[in-house]
Amino acid sequence: MIELLLFYVFAAVLLFAATMVITAKNPVHSALFLVLAFFNSAALWLMAEAEFLGIALVLVYVGAVMVLFLFVVMMLDINLAPMREGFARYLPIGALVGCVMVVEMALVVGSKDVNLIHGGPVTSAAEGVGMSNTKALGSVLYTVYAYPFEIASVVLLVAIVAAIMLTHRRRPGTKQQNIDRQVRVRKEQRLRIVTMAPEKRK
Amino acid sequence: MVELSNYLVLGAILFSLGMAGIFLNRKNVIILLMSIELMLLAVNFNFIAFSHYLADIQGQVFVFFILTVAAAESAIGLAILVVLFRNTNTINVGDLDSMKG
Repeated sequence: MIELLLFYVFAAVLLFAATMVITAKNPVHSALFLVLAFFNSAALWLMAEAEFLGIALVLVYVGAVMVLFLFVVMMLDINLAPMREGFARYLPIGALVGCVMVVEMALVVGSKDVNLIHGGPVTSAAEGVGMSNTKALGSVLYTVYAYPFEIASVVLLVAIVAAIMLTHRRRPGTKQQNIDRQVRVRKEQRLRIVTMAPEKRK
Repeated sequence: MVELSNYLVLGAILFSLGMAGIFLNRKNVIILLMSIELMLLAVNFNFIAFSHYLADIQGQVFVFFILTVAAAESAIGLAILVVLFRNTNTINVGDLDSMKG
């Protein structure tokens, strides 16, 4: 009972935050409401016994991605007035599309032909194999999904390289290393041997 | 007791909110990216709910990969956004018509 109550509280705050994300006037407020939405999602994932992913959501999304969003929103000096001009015009069609999709999905979920499981799970995913959630996830991730896991790391590497290459710019007048020239340097450019007459002893 | 359908309906509403956000904020690229994040979150909700109620850990593995790809996507998207703003001084989607499409 208390579990259901908690679910509804977290779900209500999550939906409120999501609504504010798409309707807030200021993009900074949108980003902060998205942070709230991610926190509530993490709590709901903890309730669904996905502990590792709940914590990962907070660490990766709130800690990294949303900070990146906030950084970009605050760095760009945007004129907000023209951004909002189509809002009232698109409100009916946006609400209509949203409602139609909710009704469609509710019809699918509530359909008699779809036999959803009623009541709680028989056994939790982790307890079924007698491990904690993190250990169970790792035991699958590093064995069955080892190859996709490595591809995921390559995806992240590509993202790093692409983000840096896109945003990097050379400013004139700054001092920087020229690695080409450093590597190509020859002995003659650094060392000069001079011949001179030996000093005479008195 | 929280049932599977609770999670599925929550995911459905969340996805629809993300969808409506794309329609409402057609001008602002930043809010568009945030709406995509909301939709991905809704998809992750379905994966986690099914993983919990079917007692199968593989759903959570997929959530892990979705999180990875979504993080990479938003990082590259924001980098493109920064370059766009530096070159055109706007992020209004309506002004991005240099390709005459």
